[in-house]
Amino acid sequence: MSADIFALLVKSTGQTLYMVAVAGLIGSLFGIPLGVFLATSGRGELFAAPSVNKVLGLVVNAARSTPFIILVVAIIPFTRLIAGTSIGTTAAIVPLTIATIPFIARLVESAIREVDPGLTEAARAMGASPAQIVFKVLLAEARPGITSALTLTIVSLIGYSAMVGAVGGGGLGDLGIRYGYQRFMPDVMAIVVLVLIVLVQLVQSAGDRLARRFDKRIRPR
Amino acid sequence: MMMTVVTRKTGEAAGTAAGDGLTAAADPMVAFEGVSKRFAAGRTSAEVAALDGVDLIVPRGSVTGIIGRSGAGKSTLIRLVNGLEKPTSGRVVVDGVNIAELDEKRLRDVRRSIGMIFQHFNLLSSRTAFDNIALPLEIAGVDRQTIEKRVTPLLDLVGLSDKRNRYPSELSGGQKQRIGIARALATEPKLLLSDEATSALDPETTRSILALLKTINKELGLTVLLITHEMEVIKTIADHVAVIDGGRIVEQGPTFDVFTGHTHATTRSLLGGLAGLHLPEFLTRQMVEKPEPGLRTILRIIFKGENATEPMLARLGSDLGIEVNIMAGAVDEIAGRPFGMLVVSLLADEAKIVQARSFLADHGLSSEVVGYVR
Repeated sequence: MSADIFALLVKSTGQTLYMVAVAGLIGSLFGIPLGVFLATSGRGELFAAPSVNKVLGLVVNAARSTPFIILVVAIIPFTRLIAGTSIGTTAAIVPLTIATIPFIARLVESAIREVDPGLTEAARAMGASPAQIVFKVLLAEARPGITSALTLTIVSLIGYSAMVGAVGGGGLGDLGIRYGYQRFMPDVMAIVVLVLIVLVQLVQSAGDRLARRFDKRIRPR
Repeated sequence: MMMTVVTRKTGEAAGTAAGDGLTAAADPMVAFEGVSKRFAAGRTSAEVAALDGVDLIVPRGSVTGIIGRSGAGKSTLIRLVNGLEKPTSGRVVVDGVNIAELDEKRLRDVRRSIGMIFQHFNLLSSRTAFDNIALPLEIAGVDRQTIEKRVTPLLDLVGLSDKRNRYPSELSGGQKQRIGIARALATEPKLLLSDEATSALDPETTRSILALLKTINKELGLTVLLITHEMEVIKTIADHVAVIDGGRIVEQGPTFDVFTGHTHATTRSLLGGLAGLHLPEFLTRQMVEKPEPGLRTILRIIFKGENATEPMLARLGSDLGIEVNIMAGAVDEIAGRPFGMLVVSLLADEAKIVQARSFLADHGLSSEVVGYVR
């Protein structure tokens, strides 16, 4: 492997990490609160707003059922509005983030729903405000589940980021397509795949370890 | 020999249980006044009445128990006290404040003065024993130093100082409930609500938890309101009891009086195995309702601890010349006072039976004729 290819590989890995990190961060910033709201706004729940809950649920489902590559193209005007351009790594972060928010929201929603309703009742009986219930009970108790949700999100983001080569986003996937496939360089393809596998493996095991540390429900051996 | 036990225990136990109830009744800790609660049943307009015109008094400083079968409305009733449920009509007055008319903000303040424990403990799995007890204090905005000063003695009180940094998953059921109790006491409440707190525990653990609740009631002067379906719980610690059935309170008062008086059908069926209330099968099989010459009279004698029965039975024989046979009997303890029933058969004519009963009544023993056998 030539030094040029190696430099490309390093650059592409950097781009992938950059896109995944920023999209993951901003996606969590919006996705986690949305997930909490989805889990607590049903009929008779903490922030009961059944009609808002229903509308948001529909929006989330719509966003999740749009194939990512179509989403990337479809929201180009919005991307240009936010990033100033629709081409390049930074621009690619916009569709990645948009796809991440509903993804995280649904995962966080189910993690919060796993929390025993008895705990919410106990907190209400103590005189906790809705905000205190969210932060001291729901988020604290759902922490292992949310950690797993974020791990899954990052792994999915690594996969999604391979598609944004279509809008000049760069990254490992783009390198694999342009050099490995279009220029018939199977060794580059193999290395790209290998780096992706290692990345996903690292993220997954770090996430699992963290989730296990947060989870006090099982008796430690 | 049963009887001697009865006489000895009478003196010390009688006064304490009966005393506080009467004086406190004028200014109760909790009063339900004509409280009804209906729930919408599904999407249809039909409603289900969980509680129907409940009037209930929880005397200050008492341990008041509400007993009923599942579905009788117990859970709804206890949740009305701290406003987790709102009544459809009526007033729920806690320490002079009508809970039903408070807004959320003021309700939260009131809740901080009412502790609650639960059947499934409801401890946060992500917090240690210490941090679970600290939770209500954090919610009330108490600073870390004060929390430390409050929680440590509470761990001591419930006997789990060594489990301070353990997570709930590392504790047994009884230990979890002790942490639950410590948590409920953290804000120094004036009232403790117990929602089937021992129903998920084995009999031995149940006894130790009940003993702890009794200690707290006595030493901290905390009023305890508990709901249960277990008669054992009521008998062991409640000095006041209310029996609930189909959303209505069918009987209430000092536990000893309710359980030993002419009890309501629901109370009787809940009492179930309580000493001597059920006649043994061999007796009921051959029993007839009408007296005939030559039949033996079956008499149930109820002694409430104050009177020795043995010499009385002996004197029925010596003074009145009546032959007494003991058929069944048992002694139990209710609210710390001995209570027993003795089923005897007497071979005597009607006049003699009347004489015998008035003799027993003169000595403070009530009796009833339950039937006749050959």
